[in-house]
Amino acid sequence: MPLVLTEEQEMLRESARGFLDEKAPVSALRKLRDESNADGFDRGLWKEMAEMGWAGILVDEAHGGADFGFVGAGLIAEEMGRTLSASPFLSTSILAATALKKIAGDAQQQEHLPKIAAGEALFALAVDEGAKHRPAATAMQAEKHGNGFKLSGSKTFVADGAVADKIIVAARSAGAPGEKEGLTLFLVDAAAGGLEKERTVMVDSRGYARLDFNGVEATGDDVLGEVDNGYEALEGVLSAGRAGLAAELSGAAQQAFAMTTDYLKERKQFGTEIGTFQALQHRAAHLYSELELVKSAVLKALQDLDAMYGAAGLSCSLAKAKAGEVAKLASQEAVQMHGGIGMTDEYDIGFYMKRIRAAQEMFGDAAFHADRFAKLRGY
Amino acid sequence: MSDLDAFREEARAWLEENCPQEMRDGASGEANVCWGGKRWTFTSDAQKTWLERMAAKGWTVPAWPKEYGGAGLSKEEVKVLKSEMRRIKARSPLESFGIWMLGPALLKFGTHEQKAHFLPPIARGEIRWAQGYSEPNSGSDLASLQCKCEDRGEHWLINGQKIWTSYADEADWIFVLVRTDPSVTKHNGISFILVDMDQEGVSTKPIKLISGKSPFCETFFDDATAPKDYGPGVSAIVGEINRGWDVAKYLLTHEREMIGGGGGGAMGARSPGEIAAGKIGLDDAGRLDDPILRGKIAQADIDGWAFLLTMERMKDEAKAGQGVGAKSSMLKYYGTELNKRRFELMMDGGGSDELEWEGERTNDGELARQWLRTKANSIEGGTSEVMLNIIAKRVLELPGA
Repeated sequence: MPLVLTEEQEMLRESARGFLDEKAPVSALRKLRDESNADGFDRGLWKEMAEMGWAGILVDEAHGGADFGFVGAGLIAEEMGRTLSASPFLSTSILAATALKKIAGDAQQQEHLPKIAAGEALFALAVDEGAKHRPAATAMQAEKHGNGFKLSGSKTFVADGAVADKIIVAARSAGAPGEKEGLTLFLVDAAAGGLEKERTVMVDSRGYARLDFNGVEATGDDVLGEVDNGYEALEGVLSAGRAGLAAELSGAAQQAFAMTTDYLKERKQFGTEIGTFQALQHRAAHLYSELELVKSAVLKALQDLDAMYGAAGLSCSLAKAKAGEVAKLASQEAVQMHGGIGMTDEYDIGFYMKRIRAAQEMFGDAAFHADRFAKLRGY
Repeated sequence: MSDLDAFREEARAWLEENCPQEMRDGASGEANVCWGGKRWTFTSDAQKTWLERMAAKGWTVPAWPKEYGGAGLSKEEVKVLKSEMRRIKARSPLESFGIWMLGPALLKFGTHEQKAHFLPPIARGEIRWAQGYSEPNSGSDLASLQCKCEDRGEHWLINGQKIWTSYADEADWIFVLVRTDPSVTKHNGISFILVDMDQEGVSTKPIKLISGKSPFCETFFDDATAPKDYGPGVSAIVGEINRGWDVAKYLLTHEREMIGGGGGGAMGARSPGEIAAGKIGLDDAGRLDDPILRGKIAQADIDGWAFLLTMERMKDEAKAGQGVGAKSSMLKYYGTELNKRRFELMMDGGGSDELEWEGERTNDGELARQWLRTKANSIEGGTSEVMLNIIAKRVLELPGA
């Protein structure tokens, strides 16, 4: 497949950009932060996004979605990255929609997918248990209990975990932490007894939670996919999330870079624009080159998810690694080249640094994915 | 059946019938390349037959117009032909600077008479060309070149020196950037001239590099001459007099795409991970038993992969009608820097074994010599720093760049 967008995809990008520039610029995120918004996003705006077809971008038409594929979802994520728009798009429309589409049974799909497409239900994916992303190290217990299970353990860094209506959670029904076998995915109600939620206020002002499962009961109907055999299914969902995050990182990095080159053209010191200095020109030109690589890697990952979902893990890992690393560089260069003003809260560039830091950490940082890549290459 | 499918069948049948068995070993590399030229000695009868047959078919330069020795194939047809040649592992029948550089320049800037005079012998492999660009004092600042070219009525008189002229000691003709007007600004007094090297005023001297023997030469012009015209309408100068910089710029962009792309060898046959695993070994978990080197190699591999995708994307964008333009500078910069990085890591992984310079064990220090040769990648065809200047100016439009 050629690494270019189709006309339809270009149009989606254009309309997303127009909408977000108007409705959800960086000032909207600033407002959410300054008023300590409990949700971490604007529910009214999410409703509008759903009406645009974004909430159900991955949901098939039979379930009320737009069925635009991963490239389409990635384009929206990228545009949201440009404007740092806060929304449940990643957790609900990419992660949960993918999980339900690829793993769930007919009844589960029938129950949840139309609500996702309508923007009526919020989901969260709970995987991490420690400070670093290590899905195989999952220790949370799923103890067999009558016809169902009892879930016990803790999850952290759960995006939209405090506002979600439903939680998709990875737990260990067999085996030991570190083993890929023995994981099961559950879809539990956020209001279930024994589930405690703590909204965590993080550096990027988005909504996250730490979740404590104290013997939360789950029935056989709450299982997503196969018991004890959920690792591969989880990897698929994580791949989609990684590609979505990589797209968002790409958008955020491109915007931070654009703000920086604009600044280089207008800021004067020593009687001339600072963009005339070769030391800055070369760093900007290098960063431009790196960003071109990111764009290619992200598009490839999204196309692979559409064309060969089960085999897209490697390109998603590579896109996440490259996008995370380069976006960090872009945000660091942005603050440095903006000088003192880049350090002020009043100026927007700091918001980019904060979101990029959080997004590159989620579902594996560059080191995590480079390690994966090296193993697959046999060294 | 589409026209393209019909062409594929035709090409397949023709290649099957005409490509000698000995030319179907997929061999490339210095020893197996056919460069052609007056002084060329074929390594085998098969090599000669293969060149003659392909040239007669117009397939040594398949995209060139038929009247100039090509076959007038479309881009798609050329792709099909190449894929059919790969299918039977056919060697390339002919490589040359005439094909890569002078041909594209003449096709874009030459008159019909110039094309008809110079292109067919290139296509047939009869004339081998060298490129005279850099001078000892004009490297990155190429437009400051001083090689003097004076109008002496019937002919041009050339005095000066060129450097880094690849294979000049084996070439028949040379295309040279010369200064025809020293009184104007540096970009406006340069001409692109074609000179026969078979004359007393032209001499060459090979250059040995840190990597050992090299194809590079110094080329000296001491009262060398070129007639105003090599025939009716066949001017020795390509393009307008004093507008040679336009031709040079066009060819440099072309060259950068080649070096940054395939030539840069971003992901060659040997990989740093493979070499390091062979020398250092893996731990119980199957990881390279040198965690810090492993991390560096993995990062370089990721960059290499993303770079390959970027070349692919640029090609697809060009096909979709979006120009590559100054982006070729980005590919040249990134591709060559990446290649240097990969060879540094191969040397790191190879340890003292790969420091051998002579001897059969290492094929006379093959890796060490390649490693040193890559250092030129980011210098030749425009340094990395010049590429960054171009990106800053043409892509980012930064002030004063």
